Amino acid sequence: MNLTSDQRIFWQHGFVTLNETIVTTWALMLVMTVGALLITRKLVTDGPVSRWQALLEMIVTAIEKQTQEVGLAQPEKYLPFLGTLFLFVAMAALSTVIPGYQPPTGSLSTTAALALCVFIGVPLFGIEEQGFVGYLKTYTQPTFIMLPFNIISELSRTLALAIRLFGNMMSGAMIIGILLTITPYLFPIVMTALGLLTGMVQAYIFSILAAVYIAAATRARKPKPAPAANP
Amino acid sequence: MDGSVLIAVASIVTAGITTGVGCMCPALAEGRAVAASLTSLAQQPDASATITRTLFVGLAMIESTAIYCFVISMILIFANPFWGQVIAHAAGK
Repeated sequence: MNLTSDQRIFWQHGFVTLNETIVTTWALMLVMTVGALLITRKLVTDGPVSRWQALLEMIVTAIEKQTQEVGLAQPEKYLPFLGTLFLFVAMAALSTVIPGYQPPTGSLSTTAALALCVFIGVPLFGIEEQGFVGYLKTYTQPTFIMLPFNIISELSRTLALAIRLFGNMMSGAMIIGILLTITPYLFPIVMTALGLLTGMVQAYIFSILAAVYIAAATRARKPKPAPAANP
Repeated sequence: MDGSVLIAVASIVTAGITTGVGCMCPALAEGRAVAASLTSLAQQPDASATITRTLFVGLAMIESTAIYCFVISMILIFANPFWGQVIAHAAGK
């Protein structure tokens, strides 16, 4: 029984394997990049806006607003990173409507890679915002005794991000597979719809958690600036 | 009861108990979380966007523990590392 889409191999030479996960990931990347290039070729700022541009604008402004609500003051700095995370996971989940498609996020490799991106990105954003020493000092907040716990929490929440996404996507596919052998007609369709819903929720959760981690790392501990003198 | 039977029984029983406990406890916790958020929604309806978003984030965190239990059960049933060794040993005999 195929637990993940890693086990379906298309081509193998030595230790280089081309399995279904890689092919699906690259296909998704191709579709998203080509689609974005085609839509943003002619952007208009005034006058009638095409449907696709309106769709992209809705998505981008929604992500920007959510990032701002989480507590990041300059969402445009983090918009590419968080937007890519959300759009990739959401697209991977939505494409389940295509028959014969297995989501690449149902493989621990993909979700571990995404979680590693967050693991590396959060200190990078923190260092960019607060300087190297300032960021390292956040590990000793609120007291110095918390240093090992802060490090452990940093590692464990990365692991949790990976396993949460992997478990949700894999369990969706597995439940549908098991139900197909028990009650083939109605319940697999209902469970596929539920899988779509949980896929979108998990995409949102992944990006919101990444935003929260970045916000926690970049929360400025600068002293408040003096109020402007009244003329 | 030799080794392979013991491994099989232990894997199956553990998978069942893991799924059982892993479904019960997060369900209780999520029920309490939703109940608390419903109360606060009733008291402050204009904060509903923040409350709903925080509720979903909290539910996902609770759900992830249920997912850990599910993943362990799946590994025990479908990708059991000890069972693979037993099969290889029996095939080699």
